[in-house]
Formats: sequence, structure tokens, C-alpha cells
Amino acid sequence: MADPATAVASPRSAPRRRRMVRDLKAMPGFTAMAWITIVALYLPIMVLVAFSFNENRSVVLWTGFSLDWYAKALENDGIRNAAWVSVKVALFATVISTIVATMAALATTRTRKFTGQGLVYGIINQPLMIPEIVTAIATLSLFALVKKLTGLNGIGYLMMAHAAFCIPFAYMPIRARLETMTLTLEQAAADLYAPPFKVFTLVTLPLLGPGIVSGAMLAFVVSLDDVIITLLIAGPGETTLPIYILGAIRRGITPEINAVSTILVAVSVLLVMLLFFVQRRMQR
Amino acid sequence: MTGPEVVTQRKAAVSVRGLTKTFGEGEYAVTALDAVEVDIRENEFFTLLGPSGCGKTTLLRLIAGFELPTHGVIALEGRDISALPPHRRPINTVFQSYALFPHMTVAENIGFGLRMLGKPAAEIRQTTERMLALVQLEAMAGRRTDQLSGGQQQRVALARALAPAPKVLLLDEPLAALDLKLRKNMQLELKSLQAETGITFVFVTHDQEEALTMSDRIAVMKSGRILQIGSPRDIYDRPTHRFVADFIGDINILDGTIESLDNGIASVRLKDGTAVLAQPGTATAARPGAASIAIRPENVRLAQAGETPTVSGTVENVVYFGAATNLHIRLATGEQMVIRNPGAVEEGRYRPGATIGAVLPPELIRVLE
Ligand SMILES: Nc1ncnc2c1ncn2[C@@H]1O[C@H](COP(=O)(O)OP(=O)(O)O)[C@@H](O)[C@H]1O
Ligand SMILES: [Mg+2]
Repeated sequence: MADPATAVASPRSAPRRRRMVRDLKAMPGFTAMAWITIVALYLPIMVLVAFSFNENRSVVLWTGFSLDWYAKALENDGIRNAAWVSVKVALFATVISTIVATMAALATTRTRKFTGQGLVYGIINQPLMIPEIVTAIATLSLFALVKKLTGLNGIGYLMMAHAAFCIPFAYMPIRARLETMTLTLEQAAADLYAPPFKVFTLVTLPLLGPGIVSGAMLAFVVSLDDVIITLLIAGPGETTLPIYILGAIRRGITPEINAVSTILVAVSVLLVMLLFFVQRRMQR
Repeated sequence: MTGPEVVTQRKAAVSVRGLTKTFGEGEYAVTALDAVEVDIRENEFFTLLGPSGCGKTTLLRLIAGFELPTHGVIALEGRDISALPPHRRPINTVFQSYALFPHMTVAENIGFGLRMLGKPAAEIRQTTERMLALVQLEAMAGRRTDQLSGGQQQRVALARALAPAPKVLLLDEPLAALDLKLRKNMQLELKSLQAETGITFVFVTHDQEEALTMSDRIAVMKSGRILQIGSPRDIYDRPTHRFVADFIGDINILDGTIESLDNGIASVRLKDGTAVLAQPGTATAARPGAASIAIRPENVRLAQAGETPTVSGTVENVVYFGAATNLHIRLATGEQMVIRNPGAVEEGRYRPGATIGAVLPPELIRVLE
């Protein structure tokens, strides 16, 4: 800071900055800190994954490698049903929330500026700040009221609840994408005789594609992993995978649970990696 | 408001009447265009010239239909189009940023307009090929636009806008992003393209040299107003406003007072009492009272032996350019004047401090507004 040479942009400042980075790495304990962070983040998952391959029934005593628990898990009707419910709910929630989020993002970026626009962003994103348990209880009360008024029951409630809390997650990447897209391309299309609907389908939507895909994947992962809201809303026969795991743990942890959890982790990681890939592509 | 114009029989492609555009409201209001009047003729290369922020882009965007006028009317071939959306106006734009569709190939970009007009596939293919040939990009038809150089993207943007054969082509500083050599080439290409296609071009630039070399007529703009419309010669030789004279080329401007007007020729008394005759370009410029006169450095001549000089002064500087020599003199009025190529200049003939007389031909002196 005190050295004026670093404050002024000069050809010399580039190598200097590189040296500073090297200096930071050379600081005693830097490598150790990095490793501690990584271990703290991933050790539990590594233990979980490791014991899913245990030959033994124990989740603390390693005896040998086997895939038995995976076979067991895949044959377990409870797990299979739960997985199916999870996928159904997540798919529905993804489709609905992505459509709503896309429309909301278009409305907040592709229309004339209106008063209260900032407030609208806030309102759409607020569910991210509200404690999930509060959202869960609020949704539960609303649904109780609807059930009483209509007498309707079923998995629809769970699907709607998921669709609702997934909206802000789907909204964020879509709006981010729209904000980097200048209006000029859409104007160019209009200039070349494309009526508004064609501008939307031939230019806006294709360019928005990566944002929509990111939003949808984020919504899918969030729905798949949800516990609290599902726990309160789900009726009998509507057990999702995380809820099943939660219930199974009460009866004691077996490597079978580890195996299911590992699959869930794998699916999430895969989707997140795909998300990174899509976002990398969209930056070009 | 406008200078003397050559009267032609060509009718107006675009007529703009009382066009005003205000952005924002209340104390934040910006008047980007202020009661603009202009007739752009059919088949002409018309240039909007002015410094950054004077409203050139706004005028183009209004003609294209991306903005709606606050007041005023825009007519295309006599038909009021002020309220039509962009896709209903037979006008195409070459954007400053090119605005090529990144998810389409070069050929798809060029064919886009025709596709939207519902032309048959065979015609689209044919026209696209013709356009690719026109801008010499046949080999690039299947490429993505981000695989092209800046100059090539420029040409795609041009071909895309020309493909639907619009009545008017709008070009917003299309050459600004190109390097000098490429820009010079593209200037010539654009000019010949305009002649070949016979499409009316409305070209925006802030580069006066570009405007002078390319245009049939130029409108010089300042702060949302058009000051002068005329041929490059009109603008250069007969500027009507001090701003126009200053903006285009080098010019000597002297302050004085109009004392009398005879047959359209003003007698102007300079600050040292010298009287000179000069040509007012507009009625406002001809009003008696304080006035500025202007003369190009190349129109000032040194007084021959025995000739009465119009003004005299002291040499301050001799600047040699190779192709030209500029003589900077300080006049008795205290003002500076530049004389370009003052006759045959032998080395060392004029030295700083020498007193010399200059002749200002009355027909080449303009009174400015
Ligand atoms: N969308 C807009 N909102 C507010 N002000 C604008 C807008 N577009 C242009 N302006 C203002 O109008 C004036 C003219 O701008 P512009 O037409 O872009 O000038 P030019 O193209 O000659 O550089 C500028 O002062 C600019 O700030
Ligand atoms: Mg501009």
C-alpha cells in the first residue's frame, strides 16, 4: 500500500502482483489451512461413501469391499417408491418454477422501467432469506385452509409447495442471463421484420436458453434435497427420498442408507457439475 | 436555417418534420432532438455529422422505430410512419455493435430478414448467396459469427441489412470500431455499394473527413439541432455557423461588426478598424451588429509587391508539413491567422517577427451565425 509503484498501473505492476500471490501461498500454514478446509467440507461425505461399500453391517467398522448394500437398496420397495416420488415432485416443481421464473425475469428486465421494480426483485428473492421452517409452516396453514374449503387431497399439494419454493432459485440464473443480454439483438430482429412473438421465440428464448437450463437444474436439485417443507407437507404415501432416509435413520443407520445417500449425492454433484459446464459455455 | 442548396428533382425518401425527442421527466429531462427538420432524398448518401451526444443515434433510432417521437412526424416516401413498430418499416439498420445473432451462422444471419418477410426458401438462398458475394464472404457462409474478425462481422451486418432490399439503410458509426486501413477500404466499399444498390443510405459519423469523402449531402448537428444541411462543398466552402466552420477542417475566425449590407454582401469592420467585404450564409448572419467572419487558411493569399493588403500582421511561426506550409501570423487586431501555402515558400523566407500583408478575397469570406 505504501509503495506508490504498486498503486500506479505500470508494466511493472503485473509481475509484482504475481509475486504477491506467490508470497501468500508461501505463508506458513497456508497449505495446512487449505487442507483443513477441504477435509472439514468433505470428510463426512467421504466416510459416508466409504461405508456404503462396506461388506459388514457396521458403519464404523470396515471389513471389506462389497456392492451388496447398493443391490439391497435398489431392491427395497420403500426406497424405490420414495425415489419415484422425489423424481415426480422434482420434475413437476422444476417445470412450473422455471416457467414462472422465466416470465418473472422477463417482466423485470424486458419491460419499461416501472416504479417499485427494486421492490419486485426483493419480493421474488425474499423466500431465500426467510427461514425454511417458517415457509413450511406458512405453506402448511395455507394448504390446510384450501383442503378444508375444497376437500381435495393428494400429492398435488407437495408438488405445488416445491414449485413455489423453487421459483427464486430458478429466477436467479435466468435474470442474471437476461441482464447480460443487451436489447440490441432483439431490436436487430425487429428491425429485420420479426414481429414481437418471433423476436421472442427466435432470439430472446434461444439466447436465454443457458440461463433457463441453469435455473431448471438448480430448481431440480433444490427440490430433490428438500427436507423441512416436505416433512410438513407430505401426506401418507408421499415420502420422498430424504424423508425416507430420515425415517430409516431413526431405526438405526445401516450401510443401505449410506448407499442411498451416496446415490443422492452423486445425482446432485452431477447436476451441479453440469450447471457449471452450462454456465461456462454461456459466458462465451 | 439551412444554407443555399442545389435544387434537384429527386423526391424525399425520408421527411422529418418538427421532430423532438425528450428522455426522462422533470428536472432530469434531456432533449436529445429539438425540432429537427430534414428531407433525405431518394438514392442519396446522406450523413449525419456531429460530436458525440448531439443526437445522431437518437435520430436514427426514431427513423428505425426503436423510439417514438415526443413531437413531430417522420414520413417515408410521403407516408407517415411515426407510429409504426420497427418490424413494419421497410428500413434496415447496421448497428454500431453489429448486433449479429450469435446463435446463427453467417448465412442464417443474412437470410433472417427475408425469412421474416415470408419469402420462399429458394429466394432466400439465392439472395443470401448474392449478398455473401457482394461482401466477399462466400467462404464464411457456414461459420458462426464469433469466429469472424471485426471487419468480417461488419460486412455480415451490412449484408444482413441489405438483403431485404430496404427503402432506406441506416448506418450508425459502422466504421468506428475498425482500424484506420480497414476503415479507409470500407469507406470506399460502402460508397460503391450505395451506388450499386441505389438504396438511400443514412450514415452517422463524428469524423468530418469521413463525412466529406463519402456523402452526397451532410447534416451538421449540435445539441439536438441540425445547423446546416448541404453538399460537402457547401459545408466546407460555405459554412453558415461558427460551430460548423470550426468542426470541419481548419478555419480562421475573426470578430467584427456588420456595418452595412449591400446586395447581400456585408461590410464588416474588424477590431483594428479595417473594413472587409464578406458573404452572409443566412438571414440571421446578415443582421447588423456583432459578427464573426471566417476564411479557410488555403484561401488567404500574401499581398504581392504594390498590392494593398486586406490585413497585416507579424509572423509568429512557420510550420512545414512537406505537402504544405502553414504561416501563423498575429494580426493588428490581436487575433491569430493561419495562411496555408503562401505562394512559393523558399526555405527561410519568412522569419518570426517579420511584418507581412495578406489578401482575403471577399467572395471566400463567410459571415457566420
Ligand atoms: N435512452 C436514453 N435515455 C436518456 N438519455 C438518452 C437516451 N438516449 C440518448 N440519450 C441522451 O440524448 C443525447 C443524444 O444522444 P445520442 O443520440 O446517443 O448522441 P450521439 O449518437 O450523437 O452521440 C445524449 O445527451 C444522451 O445522453
Ligand atoms: Mg451515437
